Amino acid sequence: MSEYKTTIGIECHVQLNTATKLFSATDNDAVDKEPNACVSPIDYALPGMLPVLNKAAIEKCVRAGLAMNCKINLVSRFDRKHYYYPDLPKGYQITQMYMPIIGAGTIRLPDGSEVHIEHAHLEEDAGKLTHFGTYSLVDLNRAGTPLIEIVSMPDIHSAAQARMYCEELHRLMMYAGVTNGDLYQGNMRFDINVSVSKTDELGTRTETKNLNSFRSIERAVEYEVKRQIEVLERGEKVKQETRGWNDTTGKTTSQRSKEEAQDYRYMPEPDVPPVVLEQSYVDKVAANMPMMPDEYRSKFGILNLDHSESEAILNYPVLAERLSEVCDKDIKLAPRVAHWFSGVLLAEENADKNYSLATAPELVELSEMVEKKELSSTAAKEVFLEMYDKKNTSKTPHTLAKEMNLLQENDEGAIEAIIDEVLTAPECAKAAEDVRNGEMKAIGFLVGQVMKKSKGKANPATVNELIKKKLS
Amino acid sequence: MKIADKNTKAVDLVREALEKAKEFEDYHCFISMNEARALERAKAIDEKITRGEKVGRLAGVPYALKDNYLSREGVTTAAARMLDNFPSPITATAVAKLEAEGAIMIGRANLDAYAHGSSTENSYFGPSHNAVDFERVPGGSSGGSASAVALGIVQFALGSDTGGSIRQPASYNGVWGMKPTYGTVSRYGVVAMASSTDVMGCFANTADDVDLVMSIMAGKDPKDSTTLDDFWNKELEDAKPKKKKIGIIKDFMGDGVNPEVVNTVKDYAAKMKKAGFEVEEIEMPIMKYGLAIYYIVQPAEVASNLSRYDGVRYGHRAAEITDLDSVYSKTRDEGFMPENKRRIMIGNFVLSSGFFDAYYLKAQKARTLLINAYNEAFEKYDALLCAVAPAPAFKFGEKTNDPLQMYMEDVMSVPPSMAGLPALAAPAGKSKDGLPIGIQLVGPRKSDQMLLNIAKTIAEVK
Repeated sequence: MSEYKTTIGIECHVQLNTATKLFSATDNDAVDKEPNACVSPIDYALPGMLPVLNKAAIEKCVRAGLAMNCKINLVSRFDRKHYYYPDLPKGYQITQMYMPIIGAGTIRLPDGSEVHIEHAHLEEDAGKLTHFGTYSLVDLNRAGTPLIEIVSMPDIHSAAQARMYCEELHRLMMYAGVTNGDLYQGNMRFDINVSVSKTDELGTRTETKNLNSFRSIERAVEYEVKRQIEVLERGEKVKQETRGWNDTTGKTTSQRSKEEAQDYRYMPEPDVPPVVLEQSYVDKVAANMPMMPDEYRSKFGILNLDHSESEAILNYPVLAERLSEVCDKDIKLAPRVAHWFSGVLLAEENADKNYSLATAPELVELSEMVEKKELSSTAAKEVFLEMYDKKNTSKTPHTLAKEMNLLQENDEGAIEAIIDEVLTAPECAKAAEDVRNGEMKAIGFLVGQVMKKSKGKANPATVNELIKKKLS
Repeated sequence: MKIADKNTKAVDLVREALEKAKEFEDYHCFISMNEARALERAKAIDEKITRGEKVGRLAGVPYALKDNYLSREGVTTAAARMLDNFPSPITATAVAKLEAEGAIMIGRANLDAYAHGSSTENSYFGPSHNAVDFERVPGGSSGGSASAVALGIVQFALGSDTGGSIRQPASYNGVWGMKPTYGTVSRYGVVAMASSTDVMGCFANTADDVDLVMSIMAGKDPKDSTTLDDFWNKELEDAKPKKKKIGIIKDFMGDGVNPEVVNTVKDYAAKMKKAGFEVEEIEMPIMKYGLAIYYIVQPAEVASNLSRYDGVRYGHRAAEITDLDSVYSKTRDEGFMPENKRRIMIGNFVLSSGFFDAYYLKAQKARTLLINAYNEAFEKYDALLCAVAPAPAFKFGEKTNDPLQMYMEDVMSVPPSMAGLPALAAPAGKSKDGLPIGIQLVGPRKSDQMLLNIAKTIAEVK
């Protein structure tokens, strides 16, 4: 069956994290709010209400477009897309059918492959229905939230690549700062268009809608590919249709065939004038863009990090930024900081930490302390985690280490005093004797005793050296 | 305009208006009255005057509000069953501006449901009557407003004009009616008909009164992105035409236009010459396509704008609903009038896939040609002259069975609407049966005050 070629195109909806909705001054943050708490007469579609475009959403759009290396269209326009559903108060969605704000572009994935963006348009989200036995309830908190819909070209050819594309898109949007990026809250939702074919001609595609986790994207593609190949192998035809994904069963099921597709009766939106941008405005936004994941990837290349390690860090723009700053200060220290990020900070379960708390100079200071043997690498990890506790923000790593009683004893005189004490203790006599006789295995026991007595503060390497010297 | 001051009490102005409204109740100019609140407001203004405080430019002036404007006072019905009990939580910008200047709304004027029509016969609450001839329609859709001004109940009334809804009733009742440049007055809080041509305007008895009311309502509104910066800022005397040259649209002086109407336009042209204007005929063949363009674009926008009336959130909801489809279909079947449904059907048809290019897109292209033709004409002329409607007011029922005949009413009023241009209807004469006939002056964008200046001059020519 391997002779089938898989072709995938993905549409991604990104909820923008503007303060207010796309066409009203209503609070755009409905997290933890009562249903219908964020609804104004405009969102409610009272008679005589008119949409007023939120300029902040335009700037977010431009940022998102630049993050994807897309052309920004200086003139764009809104259209109405009509359908009846209780979650759509006006009976139409304001979207950009004909002249979207974001034009064609290209995204480079971590494996070096490229996916082309066809366009991305700005539109408003609909509300939410909750169905009960004989009735349904409408919540319009989300109605009017700005969305960009990013439409890829059919450049993706495997489930793994589909996942990689979605993850990279998520990263780009997070770096551009245009979304909260919480997939669980539906901040990014994906529709996957999948077809298989043995020839160069594309097969009939299905669209599986509303996937909201990277894992479900990968599984849904795998399932669709397998299902479509089975259909074709049975000598049947794949039906062009919309399908839904069931995460529990791990299957897609038919929702609506092409024949049942609605006629949206698109029409130019007469209430919102066209959006006309100056190139100088776009340039200004571009000048304020942060570094993008791909730029960090090339910068971190010389650190020789594991692929999974660097990608994990890149999932958090602030960590990538910190690591980059550490690189700028002292490239030698960067690998250790990277390991702390990926192996300590991101390995924590149920971590609810503000990753921006530890600053680059503090991270540099902490690494230097390890370099200078003021801290053991184990102790450094403890201090490192404490740096992400809000109550410690005003403390330097040194102060923290001191408070935690973790500073290593490097004073040879002080260590020697402890060693002398240990070597003369009766319970150590046998081990000391063994070392004197060249049985170096026993030195570990002695070092352990010294470390214990110093409460872990003595530098073990120094202890080792001193014991050898004394017993030679 | 009679305005309240030390010698004229606002309460008396309002009481007089309310009494007259009662006297002419048979004309059914109003859907609902606002008596108690109007008197309360009037009292408050009188007290201010007594205390020597500043009052607005329209202090105590009673007016009629077309019932498609939202106001927190009472219910806004749009003359449709769909909204027959809709208490609005907000007030339209235009209304708020008038009230800030002391104007007092005494009642909600009747209209064709959702402003669809030319006679008020499409009102869910029954038609209004022509102020001059009770047997005839007052025109529409702002028929109640025009009739209320012509009967002397109020000194001015608000209307809305999408393809002639202010001008035609003004002409039928012998009063002044102003359709301003698109974007002059905020549409915020007015039940939308066709968003790309809807404008808010007024009826009054003189050019000066029209000018005063419009100057108050005009201006940028952050709640309506299509509004223009306030250009209504001149004294009427200072808005003189520069070229003193008028074009008569020849295409509207022949077939299909009642000879009495044609003669009224000719008489008006003669007066213009007397007043020193150069008047000549201009051929504008694109004009005859105006109606066709309008009856594609307007129903498309109507169908879209009426989508929100679905029985889910407010307004009418059918009693016997069984599932979601019936919420929509039964509610909309009961809530809309036949003319509303006709436009929804046409609008959805021209927007449907496979027909969009052939109808809607082509109509929009033709619309551009129409705008170009106007622009070209205005290089030569200050304004263009024609009638408002092809004939004087018709009798009830005369056209209800022939929608196309009814649409023909709009043939001369829709072209400026499609181009977003200001158009003024001014009284010009009477038919031999005594029915009023108005003329229409159309000018370039933002030349609204100039049109009023010209018509005021001609009104004084004997």
